[in-house]
Amino acid sequence: MKVLVGVKRVIDYNVKVRVKSDNTDVDLANTKMAMNPFCEIALEEAVRLKEAGVATEVIAVSVGTSASQEQLRAAMALGADRAILVETDEVAEPLHVAKAFAKLMEQEDIGLVMLGKQSIDSDNNQVGQMLAALTGRPQGTFASKVVVEGEQVTVTREIDGGLRTVRLALPAIVTADLRLNEPRFAKLPDIMKAKRKPLATTNFADLGVTVKQSMRLDRVDVPSVRSGGVKVESVDELISKLKDEAKVI
Amino acid sequence: MTTLLIAEHNGQQLAPATLSALTAAQQIGGDIAMLIAGAEVTAVAEQAAQCAGVAQVLVAQDDSLRYELAENLSALIISLAGDYSHIVAPSNSITKDAMPRVAALLDVGQLSDITGVLSATQFQRPIYAGNAIATVTSLDDKQVITVRAASFAKASAQGGSATVTSVAVPAGSGLSTWVADELTVSERPQLTAADRVVSGGRGVGSKENFALLESLADKLGAALGASRAAVDAGFVSNDMQVGQTGKIVAPELYMAFGISGAIQHLAGMKDAKVIVAVNKDEDAPIFQVADYYLVADLFDVLPELIEKL
Ligand SMILES: Cc1cc2nc3c(=O)[nH]c(=O)nc-3n(C[C@H](O)[C@H](O)[C@H](O)COP(=O)(O)OP(=O)(O)OC[C@H]3O[C@@H](n4cnc5c(N)ncnc54)[C@H](O)[C@@H]3O)c2cc1C
Ligand SMILES: Nc1ncnc2c1ncn2[C@@H]1O[C@H](COP(=O)(O)O)[C@@H](O)[C@H]1O
Repeated sequence: MKVLVGVKRVIDYNVKVRVKSDNTDVDLANTKMAMNPFCEIALEEAVRLKEAGVATEVIAVSVGTSASQEQLRAAMALGADRAILVETDEVAEPLHVAKAFAKLMEQEDIGLVMLGKQSIDSDNNQVGQMLAALTGRPQGTFASKVVVEGEQVTVTREIDGGLRTVRLALPAIVTADLRLNEPRFAKLPDIMKAKRKPLATTNFADLGVTVKQSMRLDRVDVPSVRSGGVKVESVDELISKLKDEAKVI
Repeated sequence: MTTLLIAEHNGQQLAPATLSALTAAQQIGGDIAMLIAGAEVTAVAEQAAQCAGVAQVLVAQDDSLRYELAENLSALIISLAGDYSHIVAPSNSITKDAMPRVAALLDVGQLSDITGVLSATQFQRPIYAGNAIATVTSLDDKQVITVRAASFAKASAQGGSATVTSVAVPAGSGLSTWVADELTVSERPQLTAADRVVSGGRGVGSKENFALLESLADKLGAALGASRAAVDAGFVSNDMQVGQTGKIVAPELYMAFGISGAIQHLAGMKDAKVIVAVNKDEDAPIFQVADYYLVADLFDVLPELIEKL
């Protein structure tokens, strides 16, 4: 079974983003970029499936500018066998990404797609579900446990009330939540080896995907900031502030 | 303009988040139909018909909708979508699962987690963990939208008199089967609907120590929340995580104990009306968003608070 993994290049999760002074977008110039943390988890799961003999090949795919090659090399250092860059200079919307993945699923005869549940930049939480809909395949979103058995995958999902387990017929699309696993770190020899692994480049047109823009970004603003807090010295003072000043208890 | 609003409910009650999404739908304008989907939802449909501004209630009742699996729920919504310009739902784990499918099947984009309605096609939504607010215009002929309930006041659950109509439920896909639920049972208020939230982080130290926070929560009639670190460490269950990738809360009072205040956590609670933080680290970033903060050991503060409240 071949596994396709989504790898998105995003701002490093530790970095607090700045809004451009002309409010046209956020400023990502000279910002530290990284693999989306949820993609790291998705990739780790795919690599473990390969180590367990369940997956035969792990293919990392990124839709983005040529800079995304950096994250694809990182994915190969972490265990992906090869990588595909769907190169575009435009901002790829979730539906465009899903359409590209749908084509690749078909071309590569994929049994399982592992994606992150959410991009930490656009906070969309859409691609996996859209891909499942486009391909008519079942989905297991927000996964905290994934067990592949024969032609099925059993997925435990994090839902609002706790956990829900579903069983899906393969091929299926699974999106990783935070507690699915703890991703490993790449070792130096693997980083060296990754440089020689194949990285193919394609684009929307070659995949036969027509890109129709759904959203226009009109402006980006800094959210209202809370004014600085009041330090209290004791529990008694806290209680009286909450009672008399804030009137919340 | 016509909106199909997907209700959130638990089989007995319409969830408060539905009323917040109803406000967003009212701001979009036009007629509003509310869809109640599930296995046994007659009682919920009656409540829905009372909601202010709802013209029509559509009831889809079938065993295949018991768990509102995304494959089945999205097929149902698609079977109705033709009549509507907007398909709107409060953001929750069911709609996050199903709505992007609806959008893809309609070949349109989705606006996730809107926090403001500027016009029928222009909306605001937080990006980068809430560190920026995007204003976006949908260029599609249909809008598929999930609503961040915490950002909208609740519409009135009274005063309406909608017609109630049953709709046909498409056959389930059969590709996905429910196996089991492991739900957290609690007498406390629901985290996303509570007026008060008491939250603990890694600093709480253990599952056993969380009992202290539970006592405080019970004193205050508050819901219990947690940081990711507390959930990862197994102190509490996953459904208590507050943050960018957990639940978004905006209670009257949010009390954080032993939480450092990472941007991912702040993304989930910084719209609370009053924030209290207790942390022994003078430089804890959470103090920058706290209205009142105490630099102290939470194990000293909690027993005293519980006693004196
Ligand atoms: C992709 C991604 C998504 C994430 N999503 C979320 C999310 O949704 N929600 C979330 O919360 N986090 C999320 N995180 C994690 C986040 O970055 C932080 O790691 C996490 O919030 C830290 O939790 P914490 O504050 O409990 O722990 P820490 O940062 O370890 O802080 C513990 C605090 O407790 C204090 N403390 C310790 N002992 C005591 C004591 N006895 N008395 C008083 N204070 C004490 C310490 O001074 C410290 O400030 C996410 C991270 C990533 C990468
Ligand atoms: N441009 C992209 N390239 C590769 N994978 C992506 C891209 N955008 C989204 N994904 C995948 O889809 C997941 C969910 O993203 P989103 O729906 O944008 O929140 C991510 O964690 C990735 O695994």
